[in-house]
Amino acid sequence: MTNLLEVENLRVTFPTPRGDLDVVRGISFTLGRERLGIVGESGSGKSMTGRSILQLIRAPGRVTADKLVFDGIDLLKQSERQMRAIRGARISMVMQDPKFSLNPVMTIGEQIAEALLTHQKLPRREVNARMLAMLESVRIADPERVAKLYPHEVSGGMGQRVMIAMMLIPEPDLLIADEPTSALDVSVQAQVLDIIDELVKRKGMGLIFISHDLNLVSSYCDRILVMNTGEVVEECKAGELMAAKHPYTRGLIASIPRLDETRDELPVLDRSAWAKS
Amino acid sequence: MTALSLKNLDISYGDVQITHDVNLDIADGESFALVGESGSGKSTVLKAIAGLAPEWSGEITVLGSPRGHGIDRAFSRQCQMVFQDPYGSLHPRKTVDATLGEALTIHGIGDRNARIEEVMTSVGLDRKFRFRFPHQLSGGQRQRVAIARALMLKPKVLLLDEPTSALDVSVQAEILNLLKRLRREQNLTFLMVTHNLAVVSFLCDRLAVMRQGRIVEVADVADLKRGDLKEAYSRELMQISAAHAN
Amino acid sequence: MTTFRDWLIDDSPSSPMQARLGRFYRIFGALMRNPLAVVGGVIILVLVLTALFAPWLATHDPLRQSLGERLLPPSAAHWMGTDELGRDIWSRVVYGSRITLAIVTLVAVLAAPAGLVIGVAAGYFGGWVDRILMGITDVFLSLPKLILALAFVAALGPGIENAIIAIAITSWPGYARVARAETLTFKNSEFISAVRLLGASSLRVNLGHVLPLCTSSMIVRVTLDMAGIILTAAGLGFIGLGAQPPLPEWGAMISRGRSFILDQWWVATMPGFAIILVSLGFCFLGDGLRDVLDPKSGEQR
Repeated sequence: MTNLLEVENLRVTFPTPRGDLDVVRGISFTLGRERLGIVGESGSGKSMTGRSILQLIRAPGRVTADKLVFDGIDLLKQSERQMRAIRGARISMVMQDPKFSLNPVMTIGEQIAEALLTHQKLPRREVNARMLAMLESVRIADPERVAKLYPHEVSGGMGQRVMIAMMLIPEPDLLIADEPTSALDVSVQAQVLDIIDELVKRKGMGLIFISHDLNLVSSYCDRILVMNTGEVVEECKAGELMAAKHPYTRGLIASIPRLDETRDELPVLDRSAWAKS
Repeated sequence: MTALSLKNLDISYGDVQITHDVNLDIADGESFALVGESGSGKSTVLKAIAGLAPEWSGEITVLGSPRGHGIDRAFSRQCQMVFQDPYGSLHPRKTVDATLGEALTIHGIGDRNARIEEVMTSVGLDRKFRFRFPHQLSGGQRQRVAIARALMLKPKVLLLDEPTSALDVSVQAEILNLLKRLRREQNLTFLMVTHNLAVVSFLCDRLAVMRQGRIVEVADVADLKRGDLKEAYSRELMQISAAHAN
Repeated sequence: MTTFRDWLIDDSPSSPMQARLGRFYRIFGALMRNPLAVVGGVIILVLVLTALFAPWLATHDPLRQSLGERLLPPSAAHWMGTDELGRDIWSRVVYGSRITLAIVTLVAVLAAPAGLVIGVAAGYFGGWVDRILMGITDVFLSLPKLILALAFVAALGPGIENAIIAIAITSWPGYARVARAETLTFKNSEFISAVRLLGASSLRVNLGHVLPLCTSSMIVRVTLDMAGIILTAAGLGFIGLGAQPPLPEWGAMISRGRSFILDQWWVATMPGFAIILVSLGFCFLGDGLRDVLDPKSGEQR
C-alpha cells in the first residue's frame, strides 16, 4: 500500500525574544488510508503538525522537513498557488469551533457551494444539488431550510456538521480534523464522530484526528501518536494503548478520573522529567 | 445541618424561563454535583445562588439565611465561586497579589502579607508567582489563583462552575486533587457544576442530573460508580461517558 | 545597565512596583520595534524639547517687528524668512510650538477624563443612566466639531483659552463613546463578576477594575485625536477666533500668510509644515501605540 502521507523530520520553528523555539521537533510518521490519531496536551505541537501539512503556517514561523510528501507530491516545494489547488480538493481540514470557522455573513448553502466552486466549475443547478446531497449525508434533516440559515442560527453540533460538509464536498483524499468535537456536548460528539467515520470509510479517505482526549482517540482511530513538547513519545495501535510504554503516556492515562473511581488521589505527571522549556 | 437549600426555584433571563421548580438540599460539608448538558440550566442555578442571576422566584437558603436576589457583602464571606475559564476569570492588568489582596481590602481585613502567603501556600502556588500578571501564568496556575481568591474570605460554601473543563488532562488531575484536599482541610461544602461524570465520581458524594431546567434524578455517587442510575436520561449520560472513557 | 534590565524582565517580580515597571518596559520595547512609531515618538520629543528650549532655539524675538525687513525670503540671517511685519518666522514657529503643545495637553487633560468617566458610567449602569448620558453625548456628536467649536468660541469670545475650552467640549463625546464600548465588552467578564462576588461596591468595580481596562484604547484614541485637535485649533486661529495677534500660533500665522502666498510662499507654508509634521508624528505614534496596546491582539499588556 503506497502511503498517502510521508513525513520525515518535520520541524516547526518560531522566533521569540529569547531565541528560536521549536514547537515541533523533528517528528516522522506515515499515513495510509487509515485513521491516525495525534494526541497531546496544549503546547505539544499537535495542531502545528496538522497545519504544517497544509502549509498554513505563516512567517515568522518556519517549516522544515527532510520529507513532506503527499501522494507523491512534495508539499515543501509547492508554491502558494499550487497549495491552494491542493487545499480543499485533496487535503481538507475541519477545525474546532464552528462559531469561529464559519463565515458569519454568508448563508450555510452559499459557503458550502463556494467550497465546491473553488475547485470545480459546475453549473449552478448541479452545485445546488450536490450541496443539498452533502447536507443530507451529514444527517441534516431538511437541508433546504438549513441551507438558507446563517451560522449563528444553528446549534454548535449542526455548525460542525456544516463544517464537515464544506470540507468534504470537494472529495479530498485526506482529512485533518483538529479537535473537531471539543466544543460540543458529549451527546452531540458521538454523532459528529459517527458522521466523520462514515464519510471517511465510504470514500476511502485518510484521516488525521488531532485531539487532547486520549480516550476519544483510542476508541476512534486505528493508530495513535502521542506528542509531548513537540516530539512523538509513543506510537501504537489504538487497541494497545493500555500497554503503552512511555512514562508520559502511562502517566496521562493514569491521571484521568474514571467513572468507577476508587482512588483517593489522582496520580500527577512529574513534569520535570521532560520539561524542556 | 443543611448548608444549602433550594425550593421551587424558577430562574428566568428576560422572557425565557431557564429552570423549573428546582428543589435541592445539600448538607454541611457535603460535595454535591449538578450534572447535565449545555442548556440544562445547571450553571444558572449557581449564578442565582451567588446573586448574578437576579430574576428568580422560590427560596434559596444558604447556611440558614435566606438569600436575596442580588449580591450581598455579608454573604460573600460565607460563599464564594470558582469560574470555569481560567483565562477569563482573572483581571488581565492585576498581579496575583492585587487580585488576592482585593478581597481583604474590600472587607477591611488586615495582615495582608501573611494572609496572601498563607492562601498561596494552601493552593500550591510558589511565592515567586505573587507579582506575576495572568498572562505570565499557565492555565493550571491561573485556576489555582482563582481558587485562592475564592478562599481569601474563608467561606464555608464553594460554588464551582466546571472548574477543570478548560484545563489540560494532566493539569485537571492536579486541580482535582487540590480541591479534594482543601475540602478536607477546611471542611468546605461544594456545589459543583460539571458535564464530566468521572470528575463527579472522584470528587463528589451526591449528584443531581438536570435536563432542560429540571432535576431528573438525585442519586448517591456510590450508585453512579456501580452504574446504577434509575432514570433513562441519566443512564444515557452515563453510557456516553463510559463509552467515551472506554 | 544589564542588571537593571534583567531586573525589569524578571519573570517573577518580587514587588508590585517591579511588576509594573517590568510591564512598562516590555510595552516600551515593543513600541520601539516599530519604525514608524519611533519616528512619531521622535517628532513629538522634538516638539516638547522645542517648546521647552524655545528661548535658546529661537534666533530672534518672535514679537519684535522690523518693518524694514518685511517679507524677506529664507536666508542665513532668517532661517525661515520674515513675515509681513518683519518678524522672524523661525522664531515664531519655535515659540508657536509652546502654544501647540499647551493646546493638545490641556484638551487631552480636560476632555479625556470627562469622557472616560461618563462612558464608563453609561456602560456599566446601563438602563436610563446609559440612555440619558448617551443622549447628551449624541447631541454633541451630531454637530461637526469645527462648527461646534466655532459656536462656543463665538459665545465665549475669541482667545486661546476659550479656543481650548471649546475644543475640549467638542472632544469628550468621542472618548465617552469609546469608553462605553470598552466597558460593555468587559462588563460581563468573569473577572468582573468575581470581584463583585467579593462584595465590591460599584464604585470600586468601575474605578479599580473597569477603568484601567479602558485606558489603553483611550491613550490610543487621544494620541490619534491630537492631530485633529491641532488642526481644529489651527482652523480656529485661521478664522481669527483662536489665538489672537501677536501670539505666534501656527494656524493664525497661516491665515495671515494667505494674502501673499504666491509671491512670498514661506510666510504661510513654514508654519504649515510644522503643523503637518506634528500631526504626522501624533498619527504614527498613535498607530504604534494601538498595535502595542490593543487588547484584541492578546491580553499581553
